[in-house]
Order: sequence, then C-alpha cells, then structure tokens
Amino acid sequence: MSLDAHVVLQRGTLHVDVSFEVGPGEVLAVLGPNGAGKSTLLRVLAGLTAPHGGRISLDGKLLDEPAVGIRVPPHHRPIGMVFQDHLLFPHLSTVDNVAFGLRARGESRQAARAIAGEWVARMDLADYSSAKPRSLSGGQAQRVALARALAGDPRLLLLDEPLSALDARTKLDVRADLRHHLADYPGATVLVTHDPVDAMALADRLVVIERGRVVQVGTPVEVSRRPRTDYVARLVGLSLLSGTAQGRAVVLDSGAAVQVAEPTNGPVFVAIRPAAVALYRTRPDGSPRNVWAVTVGGVTPYGETLRVDLHGEVPLTADVTPEAAAELDLVIGARFWASVKANEVAAYPA
Amino acid sequence: MRRISLLATTVLLLALVGCGDDEQTANDQTGSGSGSATASEDTLTGALTVFAAASLTDVFTSLGEQFEAEHPDVTVVDNFNFAGSSTLAEGIVQAAPADVFASASPTTMQTVVDAGLNAEEPTIFVQNTLQIAVPAGNPAGVTGLEDFTNPELTIALCAEDVPCGTAAIKVFEAAGLTPQPDTLESDVRAALTKVELGEVDAALVYKTDVLVSGDAVEGIDFPESADAVNDYLITTLTDAPNPDAAAAWVEFVLSEVGLAAFEEAGFQLP
Amino acid sequence: MSQRGRVERQVDGATGVPAVLLVPAALAVAFLVLPLVALLIRAPWSTLGSLLAEPAVRQALRLSLISASLATLISLVVGVPLAWVLARSQLRGRTILRALVTVPLVLPPVVGGVALFFALGRRGVVGGPLYDATGVSFPFTTSAVVLAETFVAMPFLIITVEGALRAADRRYEDAAATLGASRATTFRRVTLPLVAPGIAAGAVLCWARALGEFGATITFAGNFPGTTRTMPLAVYLALESDPEAAIALSLVMLAVSLFTLMFLRDRWLMRT
Repeated sequence: MSLDAHVVLQRGTLHVDVSFEVGPGEVLAVLGPNGAGKSTLLRVLAGLTAPHGGRISLDGKLLDEPAVGIRVPPHHRPIGMVFQDHLLFPHLSTVDNVAFGLRARGESRQAARAIAGEWVARMDLADYSSAKPRSLSGGQAQRVALARALAGDPRLLLLDEPLSALDARTKLDVRADLRHHLADYPGATVLVTHDPVDAMALADRLVVIERGRVVQVGTPVEVSRRPRTDYVARLVGLSLLSGTAQGRAVVLDSGAAVQVAEPTNGPVFVAIRPAAVALYRTRPDGSPRNVWAVTVGGVTPYGETLRVDLHGEVPLTADVTPEAAAELDLVIGARFWASVKANEVAAYPA
Repeated sequence: MRRISLLATTVLLLALVGCGDDEQTANDQTGSGSGSATASEDTLTGALTVFAAASLTDVFTSLGEQFEAEHPDVTVVDNFNFAGSSTLAEGIVQAAPADVFASASPTTMQTVVDAGLNAEEPTIFVQNTLQIAVPAGNPAGVTGLEDFTNPELTIALCAEDVPCGTAAIKVFEAAGLTPQPDTLESDVRAALTKVELGEVDAALVYKTDVLVSGDAVEGIDFPESADAVNDYLITTLTDAPNPDAAAAWVEFVLSEVGLAAFEEAGFQLP
Repeated sequence: MSQRGRVERQVDGATGVPAVLLVPAALAVAFLVLPLVALLIRAPWSTLGSLLAEPAVRQALRLSLISASLATLISLVVGVPLAWVLARSQLRGRTILRALVTVPLVLPPVVGGVALFFALGRRGVVGGPLYDATGVSFPFTTSAVVLAETFVAMPFLIITVEGALRAADRRYEDAAATLGASRATTFRRVTLPLVAPGIAAGAVLCWARALGEFGATITFAGNFPGTTRTMPLAVYLALESDPEAAIALSLVMLAVSLFTLMFLRDRWLMRT
C-alpha cells in the first residue's frame, strides 16, 4: 500500500477523523461539501498543517505520528501538489516554475531546466515556456501547475480542487487532459473536490467525507449507484430512502411500501433515479409497479428536462420533459400519482 | 505687587517727610533699576519682542523677569526669541516683527545695519572670551592651547561659520598653532555636549557656556584668549512695534543691575 | 439622456479623478510643492554652477551619497530579516519589539545622536569596552555617519517591508514548501521576489531619509570636511554664514536625490 493515512485533527468546532489508503497508480477522490475538512486533510498530507493524532505513512516511511512526535516537514516529503488557483510563482517563467522543485531538491540549474523543458513540451506548452504566469490562460496555468508538481517525480500527488478555477468550457478539455496525465502517473494520487463529476471522471475510488467523518467509500460506480447519505444521493442525483426489507418488499421508515426487484432482508437503503419516476393524473393500473400519491413541491430546469420535487408518503424527485410538464399542467401544489417499476428501484443493506 | 508697594512708598514719603531713610534708599534703587520708568507713572505697555543670541538666554530671562516686575503692563519673557545670531539677523532682514536685537558678533549685527534696520548705533554691552572646556577630571590632562595640536586627542572646535569658530581661528593664528580638530561643531552647545559626554578630550568654547554647564565640564583659562574677545552688541530696531519699551529694555540691559548680572554669568564688561 | 450620460463619463474620464478627491489632492500638492518652488525662486542661479565645481561641495555630496547608500545597504541586510520576524514569526513580545524598533521614528534625531553616544561612544555601553580593548572608537568618523543614518532611516525600511510581507499571499510559500524548498530557499526565491516592490519602496524611503539626516549625524559623528560633513551639515553651517549658498547647496542635494530616485524608479520599480 502506497499511502496509508489516518488523520485526526481539531479545526475550530470541526473534529476530523478519517482513514484511507491509496495504492500506487491509484487516484483517490475525497468528495465532500464545503467545510467538511477536505482541504485541511490535503494540507495535513502535504505537511503544511500538523495533525493532532493518527498516523500517515507513504511507501512504508512514516510522515506523521503526533503520538511519538514524528512530523516530516513539507519540503522533505516526496510529494507534488496542485493548488486550487494554481499558485504559480508570478515572478518566474513557465519553465522556471516547473524547474523550481527540481532546483530546490538539488538539481543544477541546467539539469533542472532541461527536465522542466521536457515537462513543458509534454504539456504542449513549449510556446509558452518563457511566458510569465499572468499571461497564461486558466487551462495553461493548470497544466503548468501539474507539470510543476510532477516534475520532481513525487510518490504522492495532491490535487486541491484542480478544476474549480476554470470556466465550464475549459473545464471539459482540462479534465480530459488531467485524466490522461493521471493515468500515466505511477504514484498515488489524492484529489479533493466538491464536484461529483470531477470525482467520477478522474478517480478510481471515492472517499466521501461529511463533517470530518468518512461516510462512504467505493468506486465511482458503487457510490453513484448506492449512495449512503442524502448528500451523496443529491450529488449523484438520486432519491434516497431508508427502510426495512423482507424479500422483495421494503417498508420505508415513513410506513409506505416499496416493491423491489432483488430480494434482501433487514435495514436497507432504497435509491430511485429521477428518470425512472413517471407521473400520472389518474392512478395507473397493471404490471408490478410502485404507485404513490404525491404533491408537487417545486420545479426547476435541469439540463433539457425539468426536475420536479415531490412530497407525499414517499419523497421523490422526478425528471420530466417540458412537453410532458405542459401536458400534465405541473404547478406547485398539484396532486399526481407517481409510479416506479420494481426493477428500477435499488435496495442495498444499510 | 511692586506697583502697589511703590505707591505705598510714595504715600508714606509724602506723609512722613524726612522720617524714613530706608524708604528713601528703596525708592532710589527701584528708580535706577527701572531705567526711564518713573515711580509716579509707567507708560510702557504691550509685548516687547527681543531677538537675542542663544548665549544670552539665561541672563536675559532673569533680567526679563525683573523688567516685567517693574513694568507690569509689558510682557517680555514670553516674547524672547533666542537663536543663533545669524539666524536672527536673517529673520530681522526678512521683516520679522522685533523690537530689539542683541547679537553675539559684530558681523551678524552688521547684516542688520547694512539693511538699515537699526534705530540707533549698536552698543557693545558685554564681551565674551574663550576657555578650554574639558570633561570633569580632565582625563586627557589638557593644560593649554598647545594640546589642541596633538592629533592623539579628540578635539572639538566650533565651525568657522559660527562666532565661536571665528574666535578660535583668531586665537590659534595669534598663538601660531595649527589645531587638529576632529569635529567642527555647529554651535557651542553641541561642542559642550560632547565634552560633557566625555567623547572629546577638549573643546574651545565661551567661558559663559562653561559656567552654565555645571560639574560635568571644567574650564581652563589660557593667556591667548585675550586675542579673541567677542563683542556682544545691542540695538533697537527701526520697525519696532513697541519702540518705547525697546528703548527701556536697552537702557535696562546697560544699567548697573543689568551689567552686574552679565558679569556674574562670566561675561566681561567692555 | 444616454448621450449626455456618456459625455459626462468622458469628461470624468479625462482626469479619472473624482472632484471630491481632486480638491484635497491639489491642496496637498500645493502644500508640498510650494516651499520647493519658493526655494527655486530664491535660488542664486548664477552661482549654482560654480558652487557645484567647488571641491568642498563635491566632497560633501560624495560623502552624503556614499554614506546614505551604505546605510541603506546595512538596513537591507539586517532590516529585511527583522521585518520578516515581525511579520511572520510566532515570537513572543513581537508587539513590544515592533514598538522598540520604531522608536527612532519618534525620537528627535539629536536625542538619537546622544543615545548613540551612550551606546557606541568611547564611554558608551558597548563602545566603551571596545575602545578600552582596541582603541577603536566610532564618533567623529565616517562610520559614525553611516551608523547615525542607519539608526534613523532603518525603521522606514522595516515598516514598509513588514507591510509588504503581511500583504503577500503566504500560500506561495506553502507551494514552495511542497516543491521541496526549505524555509531559507523559500525566503530567497519566493518571498523576497514577491515583496520586491515593497523592499524597493522601503529602500528608497530609507535612502532618502538617510540622505537628509542631520540631527543624529551632527551629534554622533560631528562635522569635519571629508570625513563627516554631509550635505545637510554643510547646508546648516552655510545657513549661519551665507544663506544664499545654503539655498544653492540644498538645491544641489535636491537635484541629485530627485535624479537618483527617478533613475532608480525607471530601472527598478517599473520592472516589477
């Protein structure tokens, strides 16, 4: 195991206590709402903030263990870090920014510039190698920041919201680009983000933290299919319900009954995709369906569809086309029947 | 207070003619002290502005207090302007509203005379001579003017631009000596500060300044000082806002009481 | 309506300064420049050239420039690190330290000169033992001029640089640390370049203050042509005997310092 981290830290009223591991070549995304302690976690890994407890080791070498007084200072850690707004040194050119870490770690000026030059070329920035950071676009600056972090051949790469400073259009290109470079990188990567799309696209595994605690760990597919908290469910766009299963029947905490395709027993989470919810003016019949009476609580545009919040015995979210919305006369307070096929309902142990 | 006692004395005199020799003497003294002011009526009023060389500060201030006591309607102590003579002369030429100018050198007085601003012929009222100032205990063992030629010693002289410097040059020329100063001070006080702190072994300053310096400084007389006697001149000014008080002040300074105060402070009388 | 609005904006854009600021700003300029103009009017222009050619004047000017530059250099070498300590360290009693460091700003320079005697004079706390042991003493030497100027001028540099350090984004230093740079390397290669404009401004202030220094210098260093008589001392003494020459000397000093500052500004400040 490449990175083995257990971080304990008190930050104001926030108590952070999280553990995770990252293998070589693996990209771990730490996902969580603002104020969950994600950035603090990254600063601890970088050695910029001292933890109060726990233990961090990289390739078997201890970096932090407050209990025995061990703390390796940031400049002695084999790490590379990409900061949220890149933090390129404004007084240095592209190539000198990339060469900075190499020089600091003892390379001669010439050798550092040569290696930096290769990185600059690899990032398609050869034309900008003597440009100062302020003349670079957001995407270019991001690539320089990545090259600067990687040029020192770190064992651990830390990315703090690497795409959040970019506008939506650049983001797509840079994300694809970043994914490509991360695939080539042999060390462990920890990526911190509040954007589930970035996390899903870039990470091999996700750690979701809320209020300083790990609430879910898994691959992007696992997490997006089977969210375990409202926050994750909202991020991945699912309605999350909890209840108790007996075979194919689940009794929700609210008392409503749900039919599911896969039999389980005991406490379960039930996840329903908004696109799987159909709305009817009159109660539909036939086929193994779940049908509940609902009231429209709100309607918001969501891409090409409308996202409808539904209240009732089962709180749900439904996606409907604008045409269907017009036909149904969707207004707040209107009453409908919501129907979901049993095989569209995922139930998994809580 | 003094005015009331004068009146009381007068009344007493009228009532008891020939009976009180004591009162008679007291009246004579105040009469001579107050110069032109008469016992029966004092016509002097208002602010009297005296521009005086900085070295006159102590004596003039105490004389000013006496003057105010005799002329209660005149304020002079608060209107003294003590500074370097040349600065003052420059101020007078620039039309500063002054009644009297007392300078520490003939050349600075000449500046005012050249501008035609003196109301009368300036009078030499006192003189000052140089003295060797050494730190208390005289650690370098300075004995006379010859020691100023010793490069081993740290010596302060006044710069030639200021009167004490001019006087020093005169003294050394007369003695046929070439001094080896380490610093040329901008004024006597600056030179004395360095003596007081023991940072220089000897300085050539005015005797009056040594006297006011207290125990930290010792003065050594030397015969050559007679070659550079510095004259202090006083005059009333043509543009004086208060010419009567100005004339009274000059008269008071030149009176026996005034001159005695100067002698006590180390000045010579011409 | 919209057209008038545009016209108004253009008029405003001509100066780019709102009237509320323009009036006091103009007053400030007048107040600062008027004495200078008066000095220029009173200046004996005909003698200015010959004055510059006088060896004594060139000597004083040379001494002023050299000693002010040395004082600035010393201030940079020890003042910038001190500014860093004040801005960044967790040192206890930093507030008191800062207050102490800025004492020379409020101390009358003449008192500063006397204090320097107490400290470094041949009977001083440090200067006394030094003199007894080696026979070396500072007062009345060119090094005393430099010391006096440093004492009075260094706080200007420290305060300016401390402000620049506080305003600088510390995350750049974090970035440098993650790239393997030690604190010393970070200071040299990241912090210093980032606050370079502040250091330049501080150095200029320091140099200008040192160049005009009078009180502490004439007290601690004395006044002797060639060794300790700087331009301000020459001006002061000339004022005693020849006011016209004093004005001319001041103008020479003013011209040289303005020229130097503008030259530096073009070469140095504009780059950053």
